[in-house]
Parts: sequence; C-alpha cells; structure tokens
Amino acid sequence: MNTGFGILSFVTFLPLLGALAIATLNKDAKGNARWIAFYFTLATFGASIYLWVHFDPNNPGFQFVEEMGWLGGSINYKMGVDGISILFVVLTAFLMPLCILASWESVESRVKEYMIAFLVLETLMIGVFCALDLVLFYLFFEGGLIPMFLIIGVWGGKRRVYASFKFFLYTLLGSVLMLLAMMAMYWHAGTTDIPTLLTHKFPYDMQWWLWLAFFASFAVKMPMWPVHTWLPDAHVEAPTAGSVILAGILLKMGGYGFLRFSVPMFPLASQEFTPLVFVLSVVAIIYTSLVALAQEDVKKLIAYSSVAHMGFVTMGIFTFTVQGVDGAIFQMLSHGIVSAALFLCVGVVYDRMHTRDIAAYGGLVNRMPLYAVCFMVFTLANVGLPGTSGFIGEFLTLLGAFKANTWVAFFATFGVILSAAYALWLYRRMMFGPLEKPSLKGITDLGYREVLVMAPLVILTILFGFYPAPLLDVTAVSVNHLVNNYQAALKAASALNVR
Amino acid sequence: MDQLVSAYWLLAPEIVLVVGAMALLMLGVFRPETEREAEVIGWLAVIVLALAAWLVVQQPSEKAALFNGAFVVDGFGRFLKVLTLISSAAALILSFDYMRQAKILKFEYAVLVLLATAGMLMMISANDLISLYLGLELQSLALYVVAALRRDDIRSSEAGLKYFVLGALSSGMLLYGASLIYGFTGSTSFTKIAAAAQVAGAGQDIGLIIGLVFLMVGIAFKISAVPFHMWTPDVYEGAPTPVTTFFASAPKVAAVALLLRVTFSAFPGIEPQWQQVVTALAIASMGLGAFAAIGQTNIKRLLAYSAIGNIGYMLIGLAAATPEGVRGVIIYLVIYVAMTLGAFACVLSMRRQGGMVEEIDELAGLAQNNLGMATMLAIVMFSMAGIPPLAGFFAKFYVFAAAVKEGLWPLAVFGVLASVVGAYYYVRIVKVMFFDEPKARFLDVPPKVGAIMAVSGLFVLLYVVWPAPLVNAADAAAKSLF
Repeated sequence: MNTGFGILSFVTFLPLLGALAIATLNKDAKGNARWIAFYFTLATFGASIYLWVHFDPNNPGFQFVEEMGWLGGSINYKMGVDGISILFVVLTAFLMPLCILASWESVESRVKEYMIAFLVLETLMIGVFCALDLVLFYLFFEGGLIPMFLIIGVWGGKRRVYASFKFFLYTLLGSVLMLLAMMAMYWHAGTTDIPTLLTHKFPYDMQWWLWLAFFASFAVKMPMWPVHTWLPDAHVEAPTAGSVILAGILLKMGGYGFLRFSVPMFPLASQEFTPLVFVLSVVAIIYTSLVALAQEDVKKLIAYSSVAHMGFVTMGIFTFTVQGVDGAIFQMLSHGIVSAALFLCVGVVYDRMHTRDIAAYGGLVNRMPLYAVCFMVFTLANVGLPGTSGFIGEFLTLLGAFKANTWVAFFATFGVILSAAYALWLYRRMMFGPLEKPSLKGITDLGYREVLVMAPLVILTILFGFYPAPLLDVTAVSVNHLVNNYQAALKAASALNVR
Repeated sequence: MDQLVSAYWLLAPEIVLVVGAMALLMLGVFRPETEREAEVIGWLAVIVLALAAWLVVQQPSEKAALFNGAFVVDGFGRFLKVLTLISSAAALILSFDYMRQAKILKFEYAVLVLLATAGMLMMISANDLISLYLGLELQSLALYVVAALRRDDIRSSEAGLKYFVLGALSSGMLLYGASLIYGFTGSTSFTKIAAAAQVAGAGQDIGLIIGLVFLMVGIAFKISAVPFHMWTPDVYEGAPTPVTTFFASAPKVAAVALLLRVTFSAFPGIEPQWQQVVTALAIASMGLGAFAAIGQTNIKRLLAYSAIGNIGYMLIGLAAATPEGVRGVIIYLVIYVAMTLGAFACVLSMRRQGGMVEEIDELAGLAQNNLGMATMLAIVMFSMAGIPPLAGFFAKFYVFAAAVKEGLWPLAVFGVLASVVGAYYYVRIVKVMFFDEPKARFLDVPPKVGAIMAVSGLFVLLYVVWPAPLVNAADAAAKSLF
C-alpha cells in the first residue's frame, strides 16, 4: 500500500491548483484566466490518460491506492481506482477542456470566477470517482453542489435562481439520509474504508434501510423517475458548459454510486428492491421519452432524453448480469460523450441566435453543413444506431435485461423506438426544410474553435461504436468480480437461510 | 502554603480576569474620557484575556478540585475556557470600529466583557449548584448591561430590558430547581447529587426530576433553546452589532459547557430522564431555527434563528449521552464560534455613508462590489448549511454520528431534514450576494474586522485539510468529563 500523495491525488487536485493560480490574477485578466483554465484541464486530461495507460485491466482490485491519516478514528484519506471508476475519471478530464473551450466566447462576464468554479468542480468530480473512504466520498459528492449552484445561478438563463435552488435542495435532501446511513455503516463495521466495507457483511434488516438511504441519494442524482424534475430545469437554465457537466458527469455519479455501494455492499437488499428499480427504469424510459416528444425547448428535450437513457443504466445495473452491468457502464460513458456533445451543439446555435426554441430554427443544413453533420452523428448516437457508441450500451443492457426479466426488456425496447421518434423529429425540425426565417439567413457555420470541440466527440462516438473493446476491456474484470461477489453473497445468504 | 499556592494557581485565570477588570475600571475612571483612551483600555482587556488564556493552557492536565469540590479544573473545562476567552477577545476586537462610528466607544464595555467572561469561566468550572449560580449571574448581569449599551436607542434599551426581565425569570426557575434538588438530595455538590441520582429508583424520585427539569429550563434559556428562545431574536436585533457578536459566541460556549457539566457530573444515573428533555429541546430548536429563519429580512434576526438552530444540533450530541456525543458538541462549539465570528464580521462590514445597514437585501450583488467579503460570507453560509468540505459539515457530522451510534434515529433523521430546510435560507444569502444586481458599494472593510473575517473564513474553508488535531483534542476533553 502506498502512503502519502500519489498520481491520483495529483490528477484530483491539479485543477484546484489551477483555480488558485487564476485567483491570483487581477480582475480584468479574462484571456489569461481562460488560457490557464485550459492548460490545467488539458494537463489533467493528460495525467488521466497516464492513469489509463498504466492501469492493469486484469486486476479486479483497487489500483494506485494511496492512504493518509485524516479525521482519525479509522476515517482516512484514501484514494484508488478500479475498472469501474477509472473510465469516469478519464471522461471527466476529457470533457473539461472542451467545456472551457466552449465557454471561450459565450461567457463574457465574471470570467475569472467562472473558470475557478469549473476547476473546483472538476477536482470534486474526479474526487468522487477516486475516493475510497465513505466520508471522503461524501465530501466530494456533496461539495460539488457549491460550484454547480453558482454556475447555474450566476451564468444561467432567465429562471436561473429557481433552477439553482431546485437543483441544490433536491440533491441535498437526497443526500443527507445517505450520510446517516454512512454513519450507521461506520459504527457497525468500525471503519469507513470502502474496500473493507465491500467485504463486510451487513445483516439483512440493516441492508434494507441502508439500501433505501443510498437509493434516495443516487436516485435523485441519477435522476430516476419520479425525482427527475430538477434536471430539466437545471439543464435548461445552466450555461452550455454547465449542462455538459451536468449531463456528462454529475448524472453518472448516481450510476457509479449504485455500482460502488448499493449492489456490492447490500446485495440482499438490492435483490429485494430489483422490481422497484425495474419499474422505475421502465417508466423513466417510456414516460420521459414521451415527454421529450412534446418539448418546445431543445435543451429540455435533450434533458428528458437523458432521463430516459439513465433508465437503461439503472435497468442494466440491476440485472446483475455481466452484460447488463457492462452495458450500463458503457451506456454511461457513451451518454457522457453524446449528451455532452448534444448540449455543445445546442450551445453553438444558442450563441448565435440566443434562443432555445425549436420553432425558431429550421433549414440550418443550408447554411451550416458542417454543424448539421456533427449534429447528425450525435442524434443517431442518441437514438442508438448500430455503428455509434449509443448502440453498444443500449444493446448490452437490453441483453442483460432479457436474461433477467423478459418483460422489462420488452417494454424498455419501446424506449429505443421512441428515442428515434423524438431525436429524428428534432433533427428534422431544426436542420431540414427550407431556410425561411430571416434571422437565420446570416448564420455562420462552425468556427475553428468549435470544430476543435466537436471533432474529438465525433471521432469517439463513431470509434467506440465500431470498436468498444478499449472501454469494455478495462471494465470487464471488475464487473465480473462485482457480479460474482453478488451471486456468491446471495448464495451464502440462501444457504444460511437468513431470509 | 504550597497547597494554597497550587490551589490559587488553578484559579489564576479567573483572578487575572477579575483583577484586570478592576484595574481597567480604575484606569478608565481616572483617565480622561476620550475614545482613544477607551480603545487603549479595550486593547488592554484583550491582553488580559490573552493572558488568562495562556494561564489556562499552562494549568495541569489532570483533574483538580477546589473549595470542597465546588470548583473543578479538568481537560474539558480548560478546552472550553480557552475557546470562551478567544471568542470574547475576538468579539472585543470586532467592536472598536463600530463603537467609534456609533459614538458609543466607552471603556465600560471592555470592563463588562471581562467581568462577563470571568463569570463564564466560573460557569465552566462550576461543580456545585452555588458556584454554578454565582458564575451564571456574574455573567448575566454584565450581559444585561451591555445589551442596553446604546442607551439612547430605543431598540437597544428594549433589548436590555427584555433580556433582563426574561433572564431574571429564568434565573428564578433555575434557583427553584436547584432548591428542589438540594431538598431531595441533601447537597448542592454535583458529586453528592450524582451519588443520590445513581441510587436505584432515583429516576422515579419526583422531586429530583422536577428539580432537574427546572434547572434545565433555566439553562435552556441561556443557550436559547426552543421554547425558551423568545428573547433571542429581539436581543440580537436590538443590541449593538458587536454586542450581538459577543452574545452569539462566548456566552453560548459557557452555557453549553455548563449544561454538559451539570448533566454528566450531577445526573449520571438518570440519563433517560434528562435525555427526554434534551431531545425535545433539540427537535424544537432545530425545527424552529430552520423554519422561522426563512421569513427574516434582517440579517441579525436571521443569525439569531440560525443560532437557535445550531443549539438544537449541539443538543443532539448531548442527547446521545456518550463521550462521542460530548466530543461532537465540543467540535461543534469550536466551529460554531468560528462561523459566528465570521458571519458577524461580515455584518459589521455592511457600512455605508450614514451608518450601518442590516437588511439582507442590502447585500445584493456584493460579489461584484467586494468579492473578498462576498466569498467569505458565502463560505460561512455554506458551512452553516453543513455543506462539505467546509467545517460546518464536520460539526454536524460528529453530533449526528454520536446520535446514530446510540440509535437515536428520529432525532437524527429530523436533524438532517431540518438542516436541508436551513440550507435554504443560508443559501438564499449567497443568492442575494452572487446572483442579484449590485446595489451601492459598502465602505471598505475595516482592517481589524477584515482580519477576523479572513481568519474565521479560512479556518472554515481549510479545516478539512487538517482536521485531526481538533478532533483529538475534543476527544480528550470529552473523556475528562466522564
């Protein structure tokens, strides 16, 4: 075991260092603030690639582990990644520089504070995926509320105050019960060390309550139907980069939480509650897809489609099959790229026209061919067309669901059809048709900075659609380990007949 | 002789405070009555407080008792005495600029603060109902006077009078409880009361229980726990802001310390009985603190309700009735004092040409006028809301952890839900500062106020980096109480 600081702490706290550097700038140094933020996020991405390269995919345990005394009483500063978490670290670090680039010109007021908020947020998000101690995890998990609250509230749209409060209080309310559950786990197991807790067997009654408390938090974060209503508001009002981070990373914390805590630590309760999760997932997939069809606002439409896609993730996780869990992780990563890209696309036209009304657009393909191509790729990925990354995740989760419960798979499949309906219809309304609106006549195609933002996203969407192995190879061993442990726990429990 | 010397060595901090207060009173009377003199005396009082704190630190760490056990010095008392002295000194330093601007910079304030602080140290060390009452009254009488310091201001006079009348009522209840306890146990010494309380069946002794309840009501008034909180918002709003700062910090520490000492030293055998009282007070305080603050427009009143809520969270730790619970309360007190001083330093900086402003709306757009102050206040507010990684999270963490360990689920669940409601109004202040359009600028933050703002803000922000020393110290202090 390593002690002291290591590469993971470096990756986690490098953005914070950048935030400090920006804080020392004088008030008008907008350009410098942007460049410093960009360099630091790029360096963080580089460091996360280093992690990925040096990660041993055949080891199901935690790697790059570092540990230091912190609160005392066996609550320590402990960091580490395994196959489930490492790719989220990379995803976070990957999206961050794009967010900075996307805000380059669209954010003109209080640039310094904006960049500081994003860099602090990056530290907290990476920390969530690296933390190997419950208290430390909670710290990062909740700490992210502060910068996100400010990002929505300061740089958001018209109803930003309402949206930021809704986001803040909803998430906080979900999380405080989890905090109590963590304390109960601490007193029961004597430690908050996550690897130890993963092998600790909680009694069945206790698992039941703990599972519900964690579920309250992750379901809100995910977000699952019916506690998803903060998401459309937050997405719509947040600035483009804020939506990208919300959709790309923050939503994934819920799924990650299920995989890291709920399933492996409370397997008996997880099995007990599977029907509940399945029902909520299927409702989310079908209901929110229908809601998405009715939206007038581009961002809201994509937000609802995110809820639907997260339904596939929860469904996949709770199939407890290798395919389902693998698919859920892949779906989260793919959605992280695709939904982020869609929000960036909306940001492109929003910067030009300052409206998110679908009706205000039409025939954009005539003036913006390059943009139309990018949007096409992401729309198809959102639909889950084979050959895009969206397909792999949906297919694997449905495969898993088919094994676990045919009816669930049957209903969830409707979601795929509905997603094609709303996504393609959106595309038709915005891109095709004659370019009639006079305000659109002068619209310009992607600038070179925007191409720079879109290109990596397009490439990855198609690359992972045809060749998902780099991602699946990393997760495979850890997922196998997770599923095997789960089955073993159930077997042990039924052998003892504790239920 | 040696015994006498070592005995009075244990009293040295209190002696220094009282002698210092008398000496400064003389100095003030015989020197010309100018603002400059008053400020010098104020700084001398800070030095006296620092000297007392140094003496407390120098005291032996093992438990020692004086005057037939009426006065004890132990790790618990020493820790909280240092905290009390620091908060008194900080409140005093915060007062100078305001007092000068309001033309009430008088040396009597510093002297009264010293006397009140001497009373607080006495409260913290009290191990007998008589010494408890002596300390409490020395403190309270000094506080009644400073509440009405601005005697030509109707609100300040009202605050002083209200505080005095209700305080006298609570002292009466406390005395009534004390007399019942004396009558049913035959002693005023905590040690002997504890012996009587540990006899089997003491929990059914109706006289003892009623006495205990009255005693706790008296103390609940001092810590402004609901339903004995009514004076708090009015006194907080009416008293001059630096006085409010003082009220919100040091006396709270002393009164909570007193409550802890009484419950654990005098009534160890009948925990279930006083746990009920504490639980009821905690739930009522958290609930009212959270909901009543939502409608406030005056920041001092808001902080009054916030103080009520915070006391509720501290009482959770007491309700657990374990060393972990006491540790949680001690950690909470330290962080609470830091947050309170930081918040009031910001309130004291809300100055415009023509005087102080106290409405929350006046903070609008502060982030664009004075980002430093806005950031500090935002840090304090997020911390009060209990959002990690700020210190306020750890304060709540330890008391809730203690409650969870004892299985006090209703209390813990109610507490976290109340903290979400509370988060709304704390965060609303951040919203006003960061999201709203700016109003006219405030005057520059005075350096002394700015220094305390920065120190407490940075403490709250950076506590997460190195939390272990405070946790360990609080742990040791808590254990010495058992």
